[in-house]
Amino acid sequence: MSMATAKAQITERENYLNKEYGIGSWLLTTDHKRIALLYLISITFFFFIGGFFALLIRLELLTPAGDLVQADTYNKLFTMHGMVMVFFFLIPSIPAVLGNFLVPLMIGAKDLAFPRINLLSWYLYIIGGIMMTHCMLTGGVDTGWTFYVPYSIGTNTKFVEAGLAIFVAGFSSILTGLNFVVTIHRMRAPGMTWSRLPLFIWAHYATSIIQLLGTPVIAITILLVAAERVLHLGIFDPKLGGDPVLFQHLFWFYSHPAVYIMILPSMGVVSEVIACYARKRPFGYAFIALSSIAIAVFGFLVWAHHLFVAGISIYAALVFSMLSYAVAVPSAVKVFNWTATLYKGSIHYDAPMLYMFGFIGLFTMGGLTGLFLAALGIDVHVTDTYFVIAHFHYIMVGGAVMGYLGGMHFWWPKISGKLYPEGWAKLAALVVFIGFNLTFFPQFVLGYLGMPRRYWDYSHMPEFQVLNVLSTAGATILGVGYLLPMMYFLWSMRYGKPAAENPWNAAGLEWKTASPPPTFNFDTEPVVTWEAYNYEELDAPQIQEVPVGR
Amino acid sequence: MADSSIAVQNAHGEAQNPALLHHFAEPEQQRNAASLGMWVFLGTEVMFFGGLFVSYLVYRLWYFGDFGAASKTLNVKLGATNTAFLICSSLTVVLAVWAAQTARRTLLLVSLGLTLLLGLAFLGIKGIEYHDKFVEHHVPGASFSFEHEKIPGHPDHYANAQHAQIYFALYFIMTGLHALHMIVGIGIFLWLFTMAWKGRFTPEYNTPVEIGGLYWHFVDIIWIYLFPLLYLIDQHP
Repeated sequence: MSMATAKAQITERENYLNKEYGIGSWLLTTDHKRIALLYLISITFFFFIGGFFALLIRLELLTPAGDLVQADTYNKLFTMHGMVMVFFFLIPSIPAVLGNFLVPLMIGAKDLAFPRINLLSWYLYIIGGIMMTHCMLTGGVDTGWTFYVPYSIGTNTKFVEAGLAIFVAGFSSILTGLNFVVTIHRMRAPGMTWSRLPLFIWAHYATSIIQLLGTPVIAITILLVAAERVLHLGIFDPKLGGDPVLFQHLFWFYSHPAVYIMILPSMGVVSEVIACYARKRPFGYAFIALSSIAIAVFGFLVWAHHLFVAGISIYAALVFSMLSYAVAVPSAVKVFNWTATLYKGSIHYDAPMLYMFGFIGLFTMGGLTGLFLAALGIDVHVTDTYFVIAHFHYIMVGGAVMGYLGGMHFWWPKISGKLYPEGWAKLAALVVFIGFNLTFFPQFVLGYLGMPRRYWDYSHMPEFQVLNVLSTAGATILGVGYLLPMMYFLWSMRYGKPAAENPWNAAGLEWKTASPPPTFNFDTEPVVTWEAYNYEELDAPQIQEVPVGR
Repeated sequence: MADSSIAVQNAHGEAQNPALLHHFAEPEQQRNAASLGMWVFLGTEVMFFGGLFVSYLVYRLWYFGDFGAASKTLNVKLGATNTAFLICSSLTVVLAVWAAQTARRTLLLVSLGLTLLLGLAFLGIKGIEYHDKFVEHHVPGASFSFEHEKIPGHPDHYANAQHAQIYFALYFIMTGLHALHMIVGIGIFLWLFTMAWKGRFTPEYNTPVEIGGLYWHFVDIIWIYLFPLLYLIDQHP
């Protein structure tokens, strides 16, 4: 071995980031870690597009009169906000970025089972994203993200293109789920039994099941609506003998479980991070693991609670109301178990943990208000009001996005090989939490008092202005809170301190390889001989000397 | 030369299967992954067609007589012939898998070729049926017409044209998506035929034939449900 190569090995170890350079080595990569980064860049783009629409919506609502944008523009704004955020940010967010990066690492595999299909899923996402962007630039859609018939059959905006964009992105989601299921079944390292799997993996397994069973149904629904629009078949058009309520059934058969596609991976993050920063094995490991599966199963049985005012039979409504209460049980199991994990833990208040505290509080509020909506009487009162808006933003933004950000911080040293600035990260977590609550808590009150959703002008009810101003102010703070992590993550890639293999002294196979990991993840194939979350073993010899974090 | 001989040997110095991808430990794992992947994919396909079957069920119950009247206009003989073709093609697929596993090259090529021919014959007959429907103005849209067709069992009642149009919409979407899957299947089997011609499949490596076959069987099974639901709902002796 020559001196030059020996020196190069000392200065910089070969890893997945520096193995190859050039645009081709990224766009044609089959490395799950590089594909995760491709996804990270693309979903961040769509997150800020969707966020921009949200800010315009909030600015319009600053005053009761409809003065900033036209009514039609406002309809398009909330539609595009919803479609972009749901289908191009929240659905792929944790699975396609953190899941893609971590699932093979956590189970000790060299890659996902189908690396080329993984790359294909990113390209499908990009094709869908380009179609959606083209649709937005050439006029957009005004149906609301739920594109209910018969309005979506008749509207003169570009529903077909937006629908097909979601259709294509849906296949990307299916392929990711398929890859995870096969990988988790077939690619586990020797000794990595099901009962030793990290809870993050259990959460992703449950998520994948929903993606696989739910997404094809929205795909066929979109095709039917598009065919109805173009050919006037009568399948959903009541004027031609069709049934609009059938559309709502098919739509929510996917779109309700889709909420669990968004929240379950976040719950997986919470289980990992809380165990690390409380230095304890999660209380009731098996219950947390199986509650993920239970949520996936129950999640498919509650869709008609979105149809309580659509004219479904009262008996069907009663059954779906009861089943909706049932889905709260496994969710509550998780919240109680996380809290019990904290009990007598040695808790460290580092930035990822702050996000987790945010998650638990906000998810609990979102979940409890979900029970209000599962109750028939209250649901009829607050249907289509800001109460519903606030409820699902507490789940999707307060829950899913908090978990996503916390997870990004926790695994950033593994992804980038650099440490993020802890002080700034804590500040950002605080700003996001304050901004979020200021934005969405007033909306609970607004909705309960009767402000309907999707209104552009509320000049006949000017008493709602104060709460709307609070909400808009909160959205501005929230926007700053989301920009901060993006800026210091980028900053840390160049200026951050190099991260060690295991900066948080965390359990889990992903921390037993270099940061950033080599292309095939591990230098030697790992053999697992210990139980998951062996924090007591990790901390036993040097409990006095090694503080967690910095 | 030295490098390439190293590349096809594993740690134990045994000759390694060149088809084994880098991230699998052994061929068994790779085959199991591919097979599970196809089964899971077929699960998503069940849900995809499931949405259509649910829609069919709803309207069949709502517009019972109209669906019967519309169904009667289909050509049961052609549909039955197509059903027979697909069932025979399932047999040739099974033979192809067995031939690949037992290194019977001629049988493999003949079975794959026959499968392709049966698939193409199915699509040809489907094309004839679509043409007939087009001529009869039974394609939903502006030129759709369904006048003076009586509801079976109710000689005084004419079928509602709008409701019959929903039947034909579902007929074309369901059989159309099925035909699209057939076209994809024919593409897969053309590729399998080329690979078999080049002698790529051995008793050790024949996963593509197996999972291509799984896909073909699935498309057959969809038709086995479509045929009675669309053609036979109002056949009385």
